[in-house]
Amino acid sequence: MLLIPCPHCGPRPELEFSYGGEAHIARPRQPAELDDAAWANFLYTRRNTKGAHAERWRHARGCGRFFNVLRDTTSDKILTSYPVGAPRPDPRAADSAAPESAR
Amino acid sequence: MADADRPWLVPLPPAARFVLQGGAAARAAAAVVWGVDLSDQPCRAIVHEGRATLWLGPDEHLLIDRGGDDEALARALEQTLSAVPHSLVDVGHRQLGFEVRGPRSALILAGGCPLDLHPTRFPVGMCTRTVFAKAEIVLWRTADDVFHVEVWRSFAGYLTELMSEIDSLLPRMAD
Repeated sequence: MLLIPCPHCGPRPELEFSYGGEAHIARPRQPAELDDAAWANFLYTRRNTKGAHAERWRHARGCGRFFNVLRDTTSDKILTSYPVGAPRPDPRAADSAAPESAR
Repeated sequence: MADADRPWLVPLPPAARFVLQGGAAARAAAAVVWGVDLSDQPCRAIVHEGRATLWLGPDEHLLIDRGGDDEALARALEQTLSAVPHSLVDVGHRQLGFEVRGPRSALILAGGCPLDLHPTRFPVGMCTRTVFAKAEIVLWRTADDVFHVEVWRSFAGYLTELMSEIDSLLPRMAD
């Protein structure tokens, strides 16, 4: 089982979390002004990254908060977690700068 | 009586329970009425004279008063919180409390709960929402070998039967 570092509760078992898909996808401010292709792109197109992937998780059966995680999709190793709204950390720096709670 | 014969699963008497969501101002206002501070520190419970506040999330706390009058408490809390943004929900009828006691308590809980329950990782006073098999619970360590478990009442039968099953399957410890 993965141990996922919740920014509030520290490292916790994966069972307590629900996955929220790729992070940093901003909802268009005026969806009505988009054509179908642009809306479909917002809804469905994802990077499908091989390597460091920024994704949303929710500590659904814990503190209930959403946060972001940087995870390597080839090794499943979680590089770091960071609050919603914070910029995506550099994966090379993230490895050594994991939050206190993740160690 | 040997430890093995002592009841290890004990239902707790009825209690008044509230879930309070709100920021620092709401926490401070509620603490005045409740008489117990609401922890800012994650996963910590504070208890004073039968009343407890359990940290559930960064702005979410569970308030428990054993034997308290839930309607009078709700009125008092609503009154003091009226000026600050908050959400107060009476969950007293939704969930039940149990205690899992004794030297095997952590072992029995580990049969269904994925947390590390070693006293250094889950010390006395720590509380959290988590899971026990398929049921969502609030787990709170009130003493070295006593855990307070809050569970939705429709899951109570499932939880207690499963705990008994786990207990019966565990090898007996040498006393």
